[in-house]
Amino acid sequence: MASLLDKRLVLVTGKGGVGKTTVAAALGLVAARHGKRTVVCEVAEQTRLAQLVPDLSSVSVDPEQAKREWLQYQLKSRTLAGVLGSSTLFQYLTAAAPGLTDLVTIGKVWDLAQLEPRAGGPAFDLAIVDAPATGHGLAMLSAPSTYASIARMGPVGRHAERIDSFLRDPGQTGVLTVALPEEMPVNETIEFERAVARELGRAVDAIVVNALHPARFKREELERIQAVEARTPAARAALASALSEHRRARAEHSQLRRLRRAASAPVLTLPRVFEPELGRDDVERLSAELERRL
Amino acid sequence: MIADWLERKEVCICAGSGGVGKTTTSAAIALGMAARGKKVAVLTIDPAKRLANSLGLPELGNEERLVKADVEGELWAMMLDPKRTFDELVEWHAPDERTRDAVLSNRIYQELSNAVAGSQEYMAMEKLHELHQEGRYDLLVLDTPPTRNALDFLDAPKKLAAFIDSRTLQLFTGPGMLGLKVLGRGSGVALSVLKRATGIDLLEDLSAFFSSFGDMADGFRERAERVNALLADSRSAFVLVTSPRADAVEEAAWFHHRLLDAGLPFAGVVANRVHPPIPKGNPASDLEQLLGDEALARRVLRTFEEERRLATRDRKNLAELRRRLGRKPMIEVPHLDDDVHDLAGLRRMDEYLFG
Repeated sequence: MASLLDKRLVLVTGKGGVGKTTVAAALGLVAARHGKRTVVCEVAEQTRLAQLVPDLSSVSVDPEQAKREWLQYQLKSRTLAGVLGSSTLFQYLTAAAPGLTDLVTIGKVWDLAQLEPRAGGPAFDLAIVDAPATGHGLAMLSAPSTYASIARMGPVGRHAERIDSFLRDPGQTGVLTVALPEEMPVNETIEFERAVARELGRAVDAIVVNALHPARFKREELERIQAVEARTPAARAALASALSEHRRARAEHSQLRRLRRAASAPVLTLPRVFEPELGRDDVERLSAELERRL
Repeated sequence: MIADWLERKEVCICAGSGGVGKTTTSAAIALGMAARGKKVAVLTIDPAKRLANSLGLPELGNEERLVKADVEGELWAMMLDPKRTFDELVEWHAPDERTRDAVLSNRIYQELSNAVAGSQEYMAMEKLHELHQEGRYDLLVLDTPPTRNALDFLDAPKKLAAFIDSRTLQLFTGPGMLGLKVLGRGSGVALSVLKRATGIDLLEDLSAFFSSFGDMADGFRERAERVNALLADSRSAFVLVTSPRADAVEEAAWFHHRLLDAGLPFAGVVANRVHPPIPKGNPASDLEQLLGDEALARRVLRTFEEERRLATRDRKNLAELRRRLGRKPMIEVPHLDDDVHDLAGLRRMDEYLFG
């Protein structure tokens, strides 16, 4: 974990609904405790991360704003960027140019991770990104590489190449993948790890298996729970919930073992939080767990 | 109950945000309808093999495959390959071989057809339309793409139509403005600035792409309109899939609103992984007496209380969703003890979806 905190950029990836935002928030708290000036970033108009950890610096990348900043940087002129940015032609071009939104978004994130961000503003030691859920975030990660090959010459191509090599560099960029201990999310995580190796020629630094049910009961205890007959509906439901939680925990642990066998990256776990909605305290607890396991 | 929603329907579109069990629900609906004598095809564009796995197939391709499910009707499944569908469309619409090859080999086209947000979604709709035209199935079930925003795919046909709109094309291919000439004249400042920003290379490709694609614009647009018409048709049904979590419920309510706004036929909501209501009362002393072990009783009680908290949350969130939906049908599928990822799991869902 220490090494994960020593990077400049950590991308937290994973499918929708696996708890990526929570893990990004927890990691942000760990980094802050280690004295890192930390910024957490969200993309695609999300603001959930900032709400979970309001005490950390946060940025929600607005693709339109990122596009304007990118233009300004490319053109070295605010006026020209204004002329172009507001032209219909540019709107069409950005709709047409493949993956441009992904490129400027990851470009913005890359900029935040620089010691002297060209967009101005404070410098950070570590930027943690809650990556988009689509295709596990791989499209955004590979956008610079795609762009470097489309725009072979010229400033766009050069810029894309710089971002691409930053993302590929395991010393600068970390990839943390979040999964759930279930059949399909485990399959997808294994596939994602291979895709990252294939497309970016780099490894995933760690896999976090989120929301693991606790294994609370020993076998002889389960036998006792199964043997007794409850008289009240509440007691009956209580015994049933213990049994079904045990079944879930057992299935999850076998998925976890399968993932550990197949994955190259270290696999960490976070416990399931049984709160209706996650709050700041829960994230704090999870961050302590994460820190212990890193 | 799902069977009522889908009576006389030919297309069922399952939509919802990521991680709510959309693929599983699509597969369970398709299997259930096939078990009730229909000839059904279920389609996905998610390359992650979710659908294939849950149907017990090693993988799926761009061709329909028959699922060995032992049903009264037939169950077919396919994974759409958006890139190939796009290529097929170009082949279909291209006026001659030269144009076809020019488009297919253009790098902008290759990237566009592969990666651009929206084009994949559009291609899913396109294939749906094509299969519907062919009329080989009683029912088509579409597992919609896991887009960042659950609604993106609804706009896809419109976006693509706007993208290839002739006015856009004219900017690049107006009289005397082919190739590099585009950069010097006509659109003036914006273009020359653009040249500085992007480098010439990219613009040459774009210009070439638009000039060859121009001939096909009308064909594509007409097609997109027909796809839109199919989605709005009374033979189609949108099924919204959600979980009882607050963020999913929020998205489902918003989605419902959008469907109505767009005049699309909404059939109902499937809420997955719902924690069933827990009986009232405190079983603490009962448990201690029954188990004769204070520590064990305490752990059982804790498990029970956690379950109850989640059940209470689910009640509350689903009540809120019902309120926002008005009197729309909702089916609840309980949080099953086992992970649903195969045919046996899908059959367990059947009881709730069709019960």
